[in-house]
Amino acid sequence: MEIRGKAIKYGDNVDTDVIIPARYLNTSDPVELARHCMEDLDPDFAKKVRPGDIMVAGKNFGCGSSREHAPIAIKASGISCVIAETFARIFYRNSINIGLPILECPEAAKDISDGDEVAVDLGTGKITNLSNGRTYVSMPFPDFIKEIIESDGLIGYVKKQTAGK
Amino acid sequence: MGMTMTQKILADHAGMDKVVAGQLIKARLDMVLGNDITTPVAVKEFRKIGAKKVFDVNKIAIVPDHFTPNKDIKSAEQVKYIREFAREMGIVNFFEVGQMGVEHALLPEKGLVVPGDVVIGADSHTCTYGALGAFSTGVGSTDMAAGMATGEAWFKVPEAIKFVLKGKKGKWVSGKDIILHIIGMIGVDGALYKSMEFSGEGLSCLSMDDRFSMANMAIEAGGKNGIFDVDEKTIEYAKEHSTKPYKIYKADDDAEYVETYEIDLGTLRPTVAFPHLPENTKTIDEVGDIKIDQVVIGSCTNGRIEDLRIAAEVLKGRKVHPDVRCIIIPATQKIWKQAMLEGLFEIFIDAGAAVSTPTCGPCLGGHMGILAKGERAVATTNRNFIGRMGHPESEVYLASPAVAAASAVMGKIASPEEVVDYGD
Ligand code: SF4
Repeated sequence: MEIRGKAIKYGDNVDTDVIIPARYLNTSDPVELARHCMEDLDPDFAKKVRPGDIMVAGKNFGCGSSREHAPIAIKASGISCVIAETFARIFYRNSINIGLPILECPEAAKDISDGDEVAVDLGTGKITNLSNGRTYVSMPFPDFIKEIIESDGLIGYVKKQTAGK
Repeated sequence: MGMTMTQKILADHAGMDKVVAGQLIKARLDMVLGNDITTPVAVKEFRKIGAKKVFDVNKIAIVPDHFTPNKDIKSAEQVKYIREFAREMGIVNFFEVGQMGVEHALLPEKGLVVPGDVVIGADSHTCTYGALGAFSTGVGSTDMAAGMATGEAWFKVPEAIKFVLKGKKGKWVSGKDIILHIIGMIGVDGALYKSMEFSGEGLSCLSMDDRFSMANMAIEAGGKNGIFDVDEKTIEYAKEHSTKPYKIYKADDDAEYVETYEIDLGTLRPTVAFPHLPENTKTIDEVGDIKIDQVVIGSCTNGRIEDLRIAAEVLKGRKVHPDVRCIIIPATQKIWKQAMLEGLFEIFIDAGAAVSTPTCGPCLGGHMGILAKGERAVATTNRNFIGRMGHPESEVYLASPAVAAASAVMGKIASPEEVVDYGD
């Protein structure tokens, strides 16, 4: 599956408190969460993001709380995929579990600039920066994780496992 | 090659003799936890699975602690939704206002976690129970949903960093200062995906409350879990609080660590983390002149009885600075009662501090002490990210209860040594 979009770039240690501030956690409605996504770091994010855009960031993206509201807000805002140098582990888990594609690729994360056109092949993990023609390859998912993704997230996976029990 | 303590617990719960770092496993869960923010999402996901019941009504804990007593209508609706779910499923450990406390102080106190357990919680500070020699880690709501349905979770077996503690800490140095020092040293992603294993003869000078606040902040170094060797203090705690059988795991002598740090506790000083990351640490001697507007003493990091005792020691017979609001939040009902019986509240009230019922409240900028634009707080909590306690342009400085109380008196970040003079 190929994704194409414009890069929106952030730095290191983007935490879940700026991805979705706690003051909005009295709801779990994706549409409402998306309205406040990234608000404390980039107040214009909700206005400028277009469906399909790709978020690119530095180290330790998604550090902080376990709130699944963070990947949910990003996904609902229209972001098709997140590329970072590294991800915080709970955020990584949560994204896979809810079906937000995320790719760990330090080279791409460093090289892609804000506004670049980027194409991502989720099957092979190949990332292409269409603005300068450079390509990068991200770490492939282990089979077990692929299985979860193919089941449309953990719930689909568990449903399959428990079917007939 | 041997296994680390974490790897041994995971292997046992996966029904395997041996696991290695990087391996993906499914492990049996002894406890699945959620709060009022994460459980509503988990319940929705649980419904999608189509399961009619939870895997074990005794092995799930739901603690509405973040926005409770409910701060607004939406929060009340969220708690109502999970309360109804808990009733429908017959979940035994649902803690209502009046019994609840901040979840990570509450679960050990209620005896719901013992050494050797595997625990997941839809809250990042679930790593707190590593103080008891359990493997516990934060996950998301979907993991909680799957855990409630199946009693299992998937894990990637982590590598480990070993911290060997030596020597004896000084009077005003607490577990909080030690962990802040460590995070300052290795950074907020210094232990990314890894276990932090704490051992060494220095452990003997650390109380269980010290250890809880250290394990609590493993996640602030990116760690998957933080875990302590089990000693007499751990066993005494487990026996006093629980009737559940426990199991002691020890790392093999030839276990592999990606890194080993030796820390001489005798050299540490009270430590403060500056905005906006827990790794921005300075010792109390380096902080300079920083005026503050608010002090918060509480949370799953430092809302336990020893934390309140030391705050009282500093505040006794003194007054909170007129420019400062000092808010003290005992973490559970039991701690609240104990503090009341010990006369700590009288000290706090006479000093001009406010005492709240247990809640997360201001720790995550929920309620009970939100910061306005440009305001600064010293808090005994665990995160000082942008906007964590209120306005995006407010600031949070993380410190121990002793430093927080001293700062409340002085109106600026201060050392307890400046305030408490044993000479008189
Ligand atoms: S006290 Fe703070 S860190 Fe602890 S569980 Fe509550 S919100 Fe989270």
